[in-house]
Amino acid sequence: MQDTLAHLKRGEKGIITDVSSIHIPLKLLEMGCLPGNSVQLVQLAPFQDPMYLNINGTHLAIRKETASHILIEKIGHE
Amino acid sequence: MSKQINVALIGNPNTGKTSVFNALTGLNQKVGNYPGITVEKKEGVCKLPRGVKAHIIDLPGTYSLNASSLDENVVIELLLNKKDKDFPDIAVVVSDVENLKRNLLLFTQIKDLEIPTLLVINMADRMSYKGISLDIDYLEEHLQTKIALISTRKGQGIDNLKNLIANYKDLSITPCLNASEIDRDYFDSLRKAFPNQLLYKLWLVITQDVNFGKTDRNEIDAVANFKTKSKGDLKRLQQKETIKRYQFINNVLKKGQTIDISQAKDLRTKFDRILTHKVWGYVIFFFILLTIFQAIYDWSSVPMDFIDSIFASLSEWVKNMLPDGAFTNLLAEGIIPGLGGIVIFIPQIAFLFLFIAVLEESGYMSRVVFLMDRVMRRFGLSGKSVVPLISGTACAIPAIMATRNIESWKERLITILVTPFTTCSARLPVYLIIIALVIPEGRILGLSYQALTLMLLYLIGFVTAVFSAYILNKILKIRSKTFFVVEMPNYKLPMFKNVALTVIEKTKSFVFGAGKIILAISIVLWFLASYGPGDAFNNAENIVKSEYASQHLTKEDLQQKIASHKLEHSFIGITGRAIEPVIRPLGYDWKIGIAIVSSFAAREVFVGTLATIYSVGSDEEETIKNRMASEVNPILGGPLFTFASGISLLLFYAFAMQCMSTLAIVKKETNSWKWPVLQLVIMTTFAYIVALIAFQFLK
Repeated sequence: MQDTLAHLKRGEKGIITDVSSIHIPLKLLEMGCLPGNSVQLVQLAPFQDPMYLNINGTHLAIRKETASHILIEKIGHE
Repeated sequence: MSKQINVALIGNPNTGKTSVFNALTGLNQKVGNYPGITVEKKEGVCKLPRGVKAHIIDLPGTYSLNASSLDENVVIELLLNKKDKDFPDIAVVVSDVENLKRNLLLFTQIKDLEIPTLLVINMADRMSYKGISLDIDYLEEHLQTKIALISTRKGQGIDNLKNLIANYKDLSITPCLNASEIDRDYFDSLRKAFPNQLLYKLWLVITQDVNFGKTDRNEIDAVANFKTKSKGDLKRLQQKETIKRYQFINNVLKKGQTIDISQAKDLRTKFDRILTHKVWGYVIFFFILLTIFQAIYDWSSVPMDFIDSIFASLSEWVKNMLPDGAFTNLLAEGIIPGLGGIVIFIPQIAFLFLFIAVLEESGYMSRVVFLMDRVMRRFGLSGKSVVPLISGTACAIPAIMATRNIESWKERLITILVTPFTTCSARLPVYLIIIALVIPEGRILGLSYQALTLMLLYLIGFVTAVFSAYILNKILKIRSKTFFVVEMPNYKLPMFKNVALTVIEKTKSFVFGAGKIILAISIVLWFLASYGPGDAFNNAENIVKSEYASQHLTKEDLQQKIASHKLEHSFIGITGRAIEPVIRPLGYDWKIGIAIVSSFAAREVFVGTLATIYSVGSDEEETIKNRMASEVNPILGGPLFTFASGISLLLFYAFAMQCMSTLAIVKKETNSWKWPVLQLVIMTTFAYIVALIAFQFLK
């Protein structure tokens, strides 16, 4: 199974591979969530949701549900 | 007048756009509304070199020209409408040096509209701190613009910025890239169908979800030989466009910007580790709230007492200095006490807005949103509902407007519906005066009983809001997309100028907004209390004199009896006694009844109304509080404001929907009368029932 952003653990990094799902709001793409960009899970809120991410230098938080539609390739810990 | 130019400030949220606006305009700014909608419109005037005057608009923050909210829509509507009187001669795009890449997306979109565009890179003082260096010449050449490197925090580069704005005619209007490459055939057919229109403008009009009013949407649907695309196709094209823009930006920045990560210092991680910690995060948040309440209660009591006594002596002074007559009475008994009832909140409102401004400016608010989202979602709310619920402690009106960035309509509607339960500052004067009357002084664990009662009332408001959200979430059958994107900005030390201007602006608009209503109501009340029909009122003096003829009353006592007899038979007294049966079970007399009825216009009118009613006919210089303390319950004897009636009144005010302005804003934001009417009926009925139970139990 393909990894999604929702599978990242704290501190782990990945490269975004696909964002074509219709469940991903355009706003997220505009903020830099695009294929080829790196992403790191900075912090998880209590109850593991939402996720605090660093996407290519932009820091933002999204819910796990949205994150599960963003496909990535893990590149491990920093 | 001849040389005034229109300048539009545009930029992502959290770039310090408003700081730039403040630096340019200082106090020469005003905040209003865009016609017909409740989006705040900030504009100001700035003198530029060579006698040029600039009219500057601070547009709402947005990440792109693809609007997803009413606020963002304002930006596009202005940029697309050349006939608008505010249509900019120059667009100033404000970006911050740490997020240049993301900020440039919006910049390239605006360039495509062929408006002279200037790029401001703010927070330049943080460059060395973050290990960033920029090749300005290279960037200017490839972005086809001029760049103003500034720091609003240090006040650097502002003069240069003014100079560049004054020379707006030198700016290039060539687009940075050719967006139509994402689908050549489609854009070609678009060009053929509308040969006279700017291509990118057409594209924006087509792709916006929001309704554009008069802008050319209808024209586009009307042209027959033009094939429209499905929504899904359009969205895919928008994605393609975004990717293309980022490719361009990445290429430019590869050469124009270097970041030496080893130089970067990172405070964010350290702060985040504590402030978003699963235990400490909540503890800190709780302590911040605690501090705010302590400040509102303790720190503002001194200036409030001061204001109260000033207005009491002002009334007295007017009475002594002006000749007797209806006008003097109106001034001394109607207008001055009424105004006193509003001016007295200034300290508290200022404190509240101060704290909220600091929390927003520092970047802490986003962390709270992050921490609370999961918890709030259980109640059908969003993490973003925390901001309205907190700013609702100042005033429900800006709070309800702050719900606009909640993406899911259901979560947003629920937030709008429950926000009026949070304790707004208009409830404070009512709470404060009643607490002072019925809650004993004394302390437990260093906290005064009175402060604790106040905190409890805030807590009740908040819990009720959350609990009703839970019920609404179960009842309301609305399906809506739920997504949630929140930027986590860097921590910043709030800038004094920004905070001060916000506090001044908000306090001013609160005082003048509420002031007008209160002034009008207190004049009306004074008339109703000073005149009455029939013999019982007009002949009061003789009636009372003959009634007490056998007793030897002092002259003063007699005057007092006459005054209260008159009040009881005035228009207001008659109305009050007509509604008394409804409110008597709650422990109130007709005077409180009148105050409650008039405070349906706005809660804070309560104190002003009582002040007006009590001061009619009384000669002594008295503060509102003392007058209330000496009121006697007409039936039971003893003081009117007892523990039972006081608590009942507090609870009534905690739950009742008494604010016309809130109802109006809910109507505007939900676009239907259904929701405000439901709010009014349900909240007020609930308030009545709770107050009834409380009084009957405590009596």
